[in-house]
Amino acid sequence: MSIDTDTARRVARLARIRVEEDQLPALAGEFNAILGFIEQLSEVDVTGVEPMTSVTPQRLKRRDDEVTDGGYPKKVLSNAPDAREGFFAVPKVVE
Amino acid sequence: MSAPETIAEARDALRKGDVTSAELTEGYISAISEAGALGAFVHETPDLAMDMARAADKRISEGDAPDMCGIPLGIKDLFCTQGVASQAASRILDGFTPEYESTVTAKLWRSGAVMLGKLNMDEFAMGSSNETSTYGPAVNPYRRSGDTEALTPGGSSGGSASAVAASLCLAATGTDTGGSIRQPAAFTGITGLKPTYGRVSRWGIIAFASSLDQAGPMTRTVRDSAIMLQAMAGHDASDSTSADIPVPDFEAALTGDIRGKVIGVPREYRMDGIPKEIDTLWQDGVRMLREAGAEIREISLPNTKYALPAYYVIAPAEASSNLARYDGVRFGRRAKSEPGDGILEMYEKTRAEGFGAEVQRRVMVGTYVLSAGFYDAYYNRARKVRALIKHDFDTAFDKGVDAILTPTTPSAAFALGSMADADPVQMYLNDVFTVTVNLAGLPAISVPAGQTEDGLPLGLQLIGRPWDESGLLNTADVLEREAGFVARPERWW
Repeated sequence: MSIDTDTARRVARLARIRVEEDQLPALAGEFNAILGFIEQLSEVDVTGVEPMTSVTPQRLKRRDDEVTDGGYPKKVLSNAPDAREGFFAVPKVVE
Repeated sequence: MSAPETIAEARDALRKGDVTSAELTEGYISAISEAGALGAFVHETPDLAMDMARAADKRISEGDAPDMCGIPLGIKDLFCTQGVASQAASRILDGFTPEYESTVTAKLWRSGAVMLGKLNMDEFAMGSSNETSTYGPAVNPYRRSGDTEALTPGGSSGGSASAVAASLCLAATGTDTGGSIRQPAAFTGITGLKPTYGRVSRWGIIAFASSLDQAGPMTRTVRDSAIMLQAMAGHDASDSTSADIPVPDFEAALTGDIRGKVIGVPREYRMDGIPKEIDTLWQDGVRMLREAGAEIREISLPNTKYALPAYYVIAPAEASSNLARYDGVRFGRRAKSEPGDGILEMYEKTRAEGFGAEVQRRVMVGTYVLSAGFYDAYYNRARKVRALIKHDFDTAFDKGVDAILTPTTPSAAFALGSMADADPVQMYLNDVFTVTVNLAGLPAISVPAGQTEDGLPLGLQLIGRPWDESGLLNTADVLEREAGFVARPERWW
């Protein structure tokens, strides 16, 4: 299948990456090259094969559901581009 | 005495008092300051290094010296290091200074190792030539004989490879998601080990594709990889995929004896268009291991050709999820807003100016293969193919194969810029021999084993059974001894 500029625009939007309108055809072309390569997977007979979720057949460890870390808001905020009064600050999201 | 060339030599010289860590560290700081042309170190920490070296000397003088004590290292920029810039070679993490230390680096510092600084890499470890770095590419210290063209050190751990090959540090950390330790090691004539998935904690390492990422040592010798892996490995409660199993003594496993070991040679790795010198090197490796007493057996890994396409679904899918956190809110860079911009515009502008072209491409491909209607056709199918690839290896190991020998890369180092006009898939083909290992979670090592006609290093890869780094290192040690690779880059920088 082939990706057109509308699909490229939609994917860029879903990925939250701004792509200028004049760049979309080139992007669609690159997607098509990569997806064309991936397309080989359709040759493989995967009937009855379970999708692999873990490389080692180990069950993830359980632990008690309790707070084990925290209590240092200044450290948490120290790398924020904009932090005010102990919070991350972002552009207004509610009118 | 001359300066030690390896971790093992330095360890012994430090313990004997023939050299101090402060002297070693000063030497490397000076070498780094003269090697700007290699672009290997991107954040230097000379003051910190000298403090750590003096502390190491104190420990050594008190008789409390683990093997890595006083050993000067370079650290890939992907590892979070407390108080030292850690930005995964990405513009979007400009100015990011972690408040915490990755488990691997914390373990290395606890064992007394010395940090010289952070090393160049491809942005978010996505690339095979170090050219996607926001700092500009690291450069290979090797050049073709009689030629001054700048070559890639490989990627993504290109700065690590360049620094170790050029003697700017005794060893370096790397990470490997599809070949990012082994391919640069092969391109620069050094040793690079990707451990079994789960052997080394991923905590505090900036994530690319979490089911594939694994950190490992990049060193001058196999013995050094054994020593350094010892200090890096072990269970960590902070990484839920870290394996809670004992860590053996890797250096003690280097017996030099591989008589009776079965070495598999996979017929599917004999690909069309592979340069003759790579094939010759491979045959030489087979001969060396046979002469050392191993049994050579042809094996089949029938799904090999589907590894790269499966990888280029799974890795971008995981990356698109992992990299969603870079949104200009909690850390790193935020784009300037214009009047009327809401939060969506902030996200989109931040990610457009913060991520380079290859990262954007992979995040979008990942978004696409995970999107409604394509999840089954791409992502789930790729995960099923991944299961088949792992099954291929399981079958070989079940039949008694101890390790598998292949070339590390389909070519020697290529010129920086030479792939600029190629489509992205051409660059991806660099990982054709290495990527299967990540999909199957296996340990593998690249050992320098020969040179091209014009003097560039070439590597051979050994792939081991899960958790058998000991056996793998022992076979690699024998291969290293038999190959007798002694080339060093001629200094031009």
